[in-house]
Amino acid sequence: MNWKTFGAMLARDAHVARRNAIQLFLQTFLQPLLFVFIFGRVMVGSGYMPAAYKSLLLPGIIAISMAFTGIWAVAMPLIAEFQWTREIEDRLLAPIGVAWVAIEKVISGVLQALAAGLIVIPLAWLVLRPGVEISIRAPFSFALIILLVAIFSACGGLALGCTIDQQHIGLMFGMVITPMIFFGCAYYPWSALKTFPILQKAVLINPLVYASEGLRATLVPQFPHLPITAVFIALLFFDVLLLCVGLRQFEKKAVS
Amino acid sequence: MAVAVRTDNLRKVYSSSPPAGGFVARPDTKGGNQSKAKIPALDGLSLEVLPGEIFGLLGPNGAGKSTTIGILTTRVRPTSGQAWIGGYDVWKEQTQVKRLIGVVPQRPNLDFSLTAREILVFHAAYFGIGSKQRSERADALLEKFQLMERATHMVRGFSGGMMQRLSIARAMMHDPQVLFLDEPSTGLDPQTRILLWEIIREYHQAGKTLVLTTHNMDEADALCQRLAIVDHGRVIALGTPKELKASIPGGFLLRLRFGNQTPDLLARLQSLAGVREVRAADNTGADVYADRGGSLIPEIASLAASAGAELSDVHISEPSLENLFLHHTGRSLRD
Repeated sequence: MNWKTFGAMLARDAHVARRNAIQLFLQTFLQPLLFVFIFGRVMVGSGYMPAAYKSLLLPGIIAISMAFTGIWAVAMPLIAEFQWTREIEDRLLAPIGVAWVAIEKVISGVLQALAAGLIVIPLAWLVLRPGVEISIRAPFSFALIILLVAIFSACGGLALGCTIDQQHIGLMFGMVITPMIFFGCAYYPWSALKTFPILQKAVLINPLVYASEGLRATLVPQFPHLPITAVFIALLFFDVLLLCVGLRQFEKKAVS
Repeated sequence: MAVAVRTDNLRKVYSSSPPAGGFVARPDTKGGNQSKAKIPALDGLSLEVLPGEIFGLLGPNGAGKSTTIGILTTRVRPTSGQAWIGGYDVWKEQTQVKRLIGVVPQRPNLDFSLTAREILVFHAAYFGIGSKQRSERADALLEKFQLMERATHMVRGFSGGMMQRLSIARAMMHDPQVLFLDEPSTGLDPQTRILLWEIIREYHQAGKTLVLTTHNMDEADALCQRLAIVDHGRVIALGTPKELKASIPGGFLLRLRFGNQTPDLLARLQSLAGVREVRAADNTGADVYADRGGSLIPEIASLAASAGAELSDVHISEPSLENLFLHHTGRSLRD
């Protein structure tokens, strides 16, 4: 393992992310914040939604922002760099094993997802207040949950980015990202699906469910949520699974 | 200390996969191997590049030149056979190999998210070069490749020639012992090509090994100390340009066209003084390899007249790699 090379590749990604900071900020936070404003302020303020919905919504918004950021930060550059211009080649030719190039992308995605999670908390809180009742009673569990969520999103980005082509990006959003968000228990707790028993079981294959429920368990434990142990196990499972699939796909793309 | 390059019986068979892959299930990944089209690219290619030489791989498109470079630069997995850069096995000791090599690809693969200068500086950083040194080297190479005034521009808007120059500068940033150039002068204007040739020679004088591919005979002739002529994934001839040209029977090639051609005529051509080899070329022509050129024409013309075959076209070429390729394969390099 060559730390200098690894560090230089991370520095390159940080440099590019800094250069595109405003664009990244808008594409990451605009949609969740508009959602927070409409459902948390407009609907609650006008009495169509109960006031408690504000607190229920916040963990889901954090989960979506993190998942979307991690997936986007890893998948989109990979899709572009593996196209016929093969921009990634200069890193594949760097003196480091090919798998480390993929792991560097994952670390870069994890850091961006964590940053997104930490930025969206105060932003959403500012839009929602007053009346949000969040408390970090178990900081260690909270830290572990957001780390596992960040890893799942970055590994998911690796797997998606090395599997689909540029012409299928629209399809990726339509067929993967959108259903993931709507069936991710971000806007409602998992227990709310009990009137749709089949759907309630089916959504358990969606890692975002565990992200939303885990954040709910650590930030707003007064609402119903999945047991925290189950959330840890499921997130760990998805992290490992998506990392293995992603690495395999990456090596397939990297070497002909 | 210059570094050698060696391959032993390299084979590469590509399994064709549809260019649009991934999201839509690939039909041919499920139904076993029968439906997979196998495309052989290399068929037992062995060669040895001596330390510190400029070595050329010459051949038509699809001969296997780029696949050879791909294997030697760790980017293509050989189906069988082995390759070494210095003492390192290319496939098994990739990291050590990557430290020794610089690669200029056929198509520029510059990092579009960075400026020209950043591309050079980050490349050096990947190779663990300190920040002061990489900054100095980047400036020196930008100057040398006449890219200084565009140094802070994003490369997206660069012309093909500028991208090519920047690709070469990038490959030189970490001062590699072996430089691979895949079709380096494709798409370059004559001025830039001369600059490129100068730079290649200069790099060679610094004691480095250079391996380049080309289908341009002039380039191979002008630059390379030794050449391998590659066709259908095999080396069909190997030597210095001079040796190779001397290996063509006679050296001169006269491509003749007749109104009508008879076997008798071919036999009589063979008996002319200085003619080494006569080959029928379709039904109306003959390729004559001889050790003289224009002075044979009057004899050929009178021979043809006496045989009742009218000579309709003559093309004389002096000893060249083009003739060599034609002699070995029966095909022109440009086919």
